[in-house]
Amino acid sequence: MAEHYQLRCRECGKLWGNIPRSFCDDCLSPLEVTYDLDAIRSTFTRKNIEAGPANLWRYGAMLPLPEGFQGTVPAGFTPLVQARHLGKQLGTSNLYLKNDAVCFPTLSFKDRVVATALAAARRFGFQVVSCSSTGNLANAVAAQAAREGFEAWIFIPADLEAAKVIGTQIFGAKLVRIAGNYDQVNRLCSQIAEKFQWGFVNVNLRPYYAEGSKTVGYEIAEQLGWRLPDNVVVPMAGGSLITKIRKAFNELIALGLVEEKKVKFFGAQATGCSPISDAVKRSLEQFEPQKPATIARSLAIGNPADGFYATRAIRDSGGWAEDATDPEIVKGIHLLAETEGIFTETAGGVTTIVTQKLIEEGHIAPSETTVACITGNGLKTLEAVSQEYAPTAAIEPRLAVFESFVSDRMAAVAGS
Amino acid sequence: MKITVEIPTALRRFTDGVQTIECSSGTLPELLGEIEQRYPAITKHLRDDSGAVRRFVNIYVNEEDIRFLGGNNYKFREGDRVLVVPSIAGGAPGCR
Repeated sequence: MAEHYQLRCRECGKLWGNIPRSFCDDCLSPLEVTYDLDAIRSTFTRKNIEAGPANLWRYGAMLPLPEGFQGTVPAGFTPLVQARHLGKQLGTSNLYLKNDAVCFPTLSFKDRVVATALAAARRFGFQVVSCSSTGNLANAVAAQAAREGFEAWIFIPADLEAAKVIGTQIFGAKLVRIAGNYDQVNRLCSQIAEKFQWGFVNVNLRPYYAEGSKTVGYEIAEQLGWRLPDNVVVPMAGGSLITKIRKAFNELIALGLVEEKKVKFFGAQATGCSPISDAVKRSLEQFEPQKPATIARSLAIGNPADGFYATRAIRDSGGWAEDATDPEIVKGIHLLAETEGIFTETAGGVTTIVTQKLIEEGHIAPSETTVACITGNGLKTLEAVSQEYAPTAAIEPRLAVFESFVSDRMAAVAGS
Repeated sequence: MKITVEIPTALRRFTDGVQTIECSSGTLPELLGEIEQRYPAITKHLRDDSGAVRRFVNIYVNEEDIRFLGGNNYKFREGDRVLVVPSIAGGAPGCR
């Protein structure tokens, strides 16, 4: 039986079958996985999906998986939580958070893309998998490579947070720290991928990898009771996730799983690295690359691979983009933690503040259903907030001491 | 003046398999013209119908994106090493 998916050039439409490559030989444009929807229509149904496992493999019929593939890593299907308290603070009554801060196994949405990328790596016979990463992808590749029996080589900018470095090394991956920013790491990896027979999840396996991001969109729709939200707020680094959530929604509409709706897509970036939000705000067709300078290192991509498509997706959907400064990012981390009990990393601080700005600026109407995507966990970027919490003096384990501690504390609060 | 240009694997089929080309152009527009004069078949892969460099092609000079150096206005210097990289590159020859 012919496979129900293959690669297609996003610009010239040339079909490529299934091979490990990311761009078209003719026009050097990116390749994307395209599906034979008519062949899938009868299997990709609400009933079949709901009967599937509580992870991203429940959407396997619309993922580029080899025939007979059985996914074992239970990534995805993270909570979609209504954010009543945060919503109240921001002045909206219908705010939801897609919480990939608790994605399995490495606490970021990158667990999804690696799951589909490694399925492709296995299919193409690679022994070694690799990636360029701002941290979360490094963790995800290292963990799943260990589980699936691949050797892993991971390339990162040298200035990453400790948890993202150790959280890669712990799995036995070979970590290469590069004296440069992500864009330089990524360019190097493009060159390495030409010489080494490795499966680079975000280079030569990129089309298969990117499809994993669609599951965020499928889950949002299913968890809202098979309906689409009015607005989605998505953090943007390379710009792939926002385009893939849109692709997921469009596929669900095309397959009749949800009612058609024009969802507005909103992009969130750090002010210190905002090529896509800058392009949206200035109505540029093509973004201008930047040199990143932000504490949101997971979003610090100055030359985003999918920046062109992200800009177009936002514009075509009637959405907008905003960005957050470093102090605002920290504020956003606190705000989300203190209102919803979710500790997110710097990228989530960006998303929280940008959601606030979009509501304040009138881009998002208060009564509409809005989903903000929280893509990573705060325990990985403790550096962003740790200086605010210098260890306090320990007290004796006696009740009287505690009582006096409490009255001192109350007096301090009253006096402040 | 002499500069060298690294041709990515994907485009070497238009340069008779040559990986590194020595050129003498002063700016990027001149350089593209010089490469295309020697290897005419490469033209439609490097440029779109309007003649602009394709959106998904990145040009680096000594590891720096040429857009940070002034783009078309950048004046090449003796010994510059120019890299042509598809922005979403990869795909080693011989990979299954």
